[in-house]
Amino acid sequence: MTTLVRPGIVGGVGTSLLRPDGIPKIKGEFAFSSDLEAEGMLWGATVRSPHPRARIVAIDAAPALAISGVRTVLTQDDVPGSGHFGLERPDQPVLAFGETRYWGQPVAIVAAEDHETARRAADAVRIEYEVLAPLVDPAEAVRLGSTFRTIEIRNGDPDAHGEIVVTGEYEVGMQDQAPLGTESGLAIPDGMGGVDLHIATQWLHADHEQVVAALGLPPDQIRLHNAGVGGAFGSREDISLQIHLCLLALRTGRPVKMVYDRAESFVGHVHRHPARMRYRHEADRDGTLVRVEADLVFDGGAYASTSSAVLANGCYFAVGPYRAKSVHITGASARTNNPTAGAMRGFGAPQPCFAYEAQMDRLAAALGMDPVALRLRNALGTGDRIPTTNQVIVGSLPTREVIESVAAMPLPDPETADDPRSLPGGTGLTTPPGAVRRGIGFAVGIKNLAFSESFDDFSEVRGVLTADGLELHTAACENGQGMVTVLEQIGRSASGLQRVTVVFADTSKIGSAGSTSASRQTQMTGGAALRAATAVREEALRRGGGDHLDDAGVWRGGRLVAPLAGLLGDGPIEHLERFRHPPTAKPDAFGRGDVHAGFVVAAHRAVVDVDPELGLVRVVRLDTAQDVGRALNPLSILGQIEGGIMQGVGLAVMEEIVLEGGVMKNASFTDYLLPTFLDAPQVEAILVEQPDHWGPFGAKGVGEPPTISSTAAVAAAIRDATGAPINRVPVRPQDIAFGSPESPVTSHQQAKSPRPRS
Amino acid sequence: MDITLPRDLEAALAAAAAAPDATILAGGTDLMVGVNYHGVRPSAVVAIRRVAELQEWEDRFIGAGVTYRRLEAGPIPGLAQAARTVGSPQIRSAGTIGGNLGTASPAGDTLPFLAAVDASVVLRSTAGERVLRWDEFITGPKRNARGPGELIIGVRFPDRLPRRQAFAKIGVRSAMVIAIASCCVTRDEDGTTRVALGSVGPTPIRARRAEEMISAESRPTEATLTEFSRLVADEVRPITDHRSTAEYRRYASGVMARRLLERVLS
Ligand SMILES: Cc1cc2nc3c(=O)[nH]c(=O)nc-3n(C[C@H](O)[C@H](O)[C@H](O)COP(=O)(O)OP(=O)(O)OC[C@H]3O[C@@H](n4cnc5c(N)ncnc54)[C@H](O)[C@@H]3O)c2cc1C
Repeated sequence: MTTLVRPGIVGGVGTSLLRPDGIPKIKGEFAFSSDLEAEGMLWGATVRSPHPRARIVAIDAAPALAISGVRTVLTQDDVPGSGHFGLERPDQPVLAFGETRYWGQPVAIVAAEDHETARRAADAVRIEYEVLAPLVDPAEAVRLGSTFRTIEIRNGDPDAHGEIVVTGEYEVGMQDQAPLGTESGLAIPDGMGGVDLHIATQWLHADHEQVVAALGLPPDQIRLHNAGVGGAFGSREDISLQIHLCLLALRTGRPVKMVYDRAESFVGHVHRHPARMRYRHEADRDGTLVRVEADLVFDGGAYASTSSAVLANGCYFAVGPYRAKSVHITGASARTNNPTAGAMRGFGAPQPCFAYEAQMDRLAAALGMDPVALRLRNALGTGDRIPTTNQVIVGSLPTREVIESVAAMPLPDPETADDPRSLPGGTGLTTPPGAVRRGIGFAVGIKNLAFSESFDDFSEVRGVLTADGLELHTAACENGQGMVTVLEQIGRSASGLQRVTVVFADTSKIGSAGSTSASRQTQMTGGAALRAATAVREEALRRGGGDHLDDAGVWRGGRLVAPLAGLLGDGPIEHLERFRHPPTAKPDAFGRGDVHAGFVVAAHRAVVDVDPELGLVRVVRLDTAQDVGRALNPLSILGQIEGGIMQGVGLAVMEEIVLEGGVMKNASFTDYLLPTFLDAPQVEAILVEQPDHWGPFGAKGVGEPPTISSTAAVAAAIRDATGAPINRVPVRPQDIAFGSPESPVTSHQQAKSPRPRS
Repeated sequence: MDITLPRDLEAALAAAAAAPDATILAGGTDLMVGVNYHGVRPSAVVAIRRVAELQEWEDRFIGAGVTYRRLEAGPIPGLAQAARTVGSPQIRSAGTIGGNLGTASPAGDTLPFLAAVDASVVLRSTAGERVLRWDEFITGPKRNARGPGELIIGVRFPDRLPRRQAFAKIGVRSAMVIAIASCCVTRDEDGTTRVALGSVGPTPIRARRAEEMISAESRPTEATLTEFSRLVADEVRPITDHRSTAEYRRYASGVMARRLLERVLS
């Protein structure tokens, strides 16, 4: 099907249309899921384990039930059905029984007449624990065989070696998605044994599937509805309070609302996988990358969540956007008693990127080569094979172009800022201008688009023509990234109609749209919208017997032959389209195969000012060039770029959940530090447009790439400014102040070259 | 829960006397975090925001109800610099110096300045007034000598404030961050130098040996500056926690104090 952009459409693809939710959000008028209310509503609250690992000896609900206004206290004994949930495998109980496996795991839930009473009741439930020693070291877990998945990838010539060798060990701390909206929802019983759940989530149908399985209900008894989402970044891919809400509503026969507070939100969702990575790169003297060996250990925490897929991504992209003749990667996702890790923006790609980009810089130094030139020499492009999976790159992959574009961007003024707040240390006034050293760092990252490894990835959109224009019905979740806007733009350009509206359909009205994650909705639900709008237009033209469709109706030869309403006389015009991307395969025993649907690259250049003596950093600037396929809404892409870069900067210099024996030490915004406006670098972005092979109009997903290599670029810039090794992010002041230039990273020439040099 | 909203000091003292275990509510920026996150459930509250006498700021006396917003714009540079580092604009508009003393957190950002200038804390109850020096008032981490029924009325400074004052605070974010370590250095025309540090001990710490050494130096050399830095690092008593390590805090105390000394010398 070929589709042309229709002339004369305002707000079609390629324009920077503003979002309908933007101004209401700024004015505080947008209804988030936490704003929902219902007549006669109860409040729910969760009783959580204060121990990372403990045996539950006894649960006594009586003291809670004795509080006036408390309606129910439920434990796992009250859960009908399978009683378990999980995205990859249903391994987590709705409420812990027997043994708790992580700090803050839900053990019981309560419902009461008001929020405060519900909280007091949760505190009053008496639980006797026998505390057990938690397993918190992921390396030890791997040694003990406590893993969710292990992977070995071998590709290329196993005997190929390079003359120049660089090794290093790297670590990434646990990052939180920290969406401003905490977990919240409202469950309303229908009086006939079913429930309508209004929920802020990333994937209505996956939640639905897990709710009905856990509660043992027929699927049509539970309907999930989109409610206003206050950010997600992966944190809403897993179940949090969905099943609890439905259970409480069914038990009490009353609507039940729950809203986590910030501290609870930190334990209420999964986090980015902390990672430890060992690397060895070998290259020829001319800079050709020959061999990459890596061992990746990701801490998956207590339950499976998406650990298997995250680890796979880490391993598949362990080499980065580079060719290599010989690759050996091993990876394990450890099962521990730490908080569960799962999806977060970048989904396993940012961790190795931090490591392989550090390795590329060290290789460049060992070779005496310009780091940009080294990357260009090895850059992957269309027609090349991914060095790990051996998959041929079919779509666009402008690695070379993004690198060259960023390298060519002008650098900011070398003078440090006059405003003391813009120096390292900010308002703390720690750092005089003379104590500042500037550094510049460069990084490139790669990731897959949409779902992989043979997952049946699809999205449904129903196009409906009404007298007022085109409706696009979908169950896809708008997480604040601008999906509604881009779907409307696609609908306009495809149909010719100006009046296009997106209608959120609940799970009983339409099939799955897949998750709002993996950078996939513009491509997937956008792809379905393109087909649905095109099909509606074609039928409208056929019915009207014309050659042009707009809001007035169907035209032939410049004359209106049928108004929109007139087209509907023979019944509605409706087209349900299910869009799938090209199929992907499972990997073979050594991780090879066409496991991915497409790829995306971005490059970042960071400029930092560092106070090396105190170890304080200010990120001055972060420039980027990003492969976008085709820019359907340039302003929205810029929003993703700026926000994604902020998350990358956060991981580089401040965002970390600090764990001690499995217990979070900083589960609050007092101590889990997110960058403020003063910490935000200037961002200049270049959008590299080379249409891809399957996204609508050639578009690629744009949500994750800004986060993948921005962290690595900041780390590289700090190394450049200070000479400190920076083998761990987030970088802490002491890592800079005490980091000796003698690092565990080594570079040397092969003692004995395995092959004679010619 | 009883909430009293006195409009003048007399009424406030009467309310505090009537309910000696009442919780005093000023800006609420510490107290409400306790209520929302740490299960604090006061039996009675005396809210003092409307008490005009506590808003007073006269030369050497600052009322307990003076906010960071005002301190930030005020004429005392060390205190203004410290106030600017506190929280966000919203927090600075609500939070008060009296609340900072009431909480007596080791990380309280006004405390190093108060320690450096040897400020006193004025307490009053219906039974009378007590004036305690800062180190008599702050007795430990989040502990102070306020008695039942007493209000913090304000802080009083000695006759003359040192001419040069400088404050710095280390955090890994450019604003709105709890101090990893903070420091205030003051110096007078006669060379008298005071050094106080926050977040590196259970209470604000004065680096007295460093003070003594550097006060005697009219033109410190590179060697004396290095020695000064070493003495400061020696005198702090930091711990390791989720914000930083004892080792870094000790080291950074020395670096910061030296930089601040250079600031007050320039
Ligand atoms: C987001 C955020 C950021 C923050 N950042 C900082 C920071 O950077 N630096 C910092 O130092 N602090 C910070 N704080 C803590 C807080 O803002 C300060 O300690 C502030 O000074 C507290 O003042 P308040 O008026 O709000 O006190 P309240 O919260 O009203 O009271 C605090 C305590 O003092 C007692 N109290 C208050 N006034 C009196 C009085 N007159 N007599 C007797 N007892 C009294 C109260 O009973 C209570 O125990 C922050 C807080 C938040 C929420």
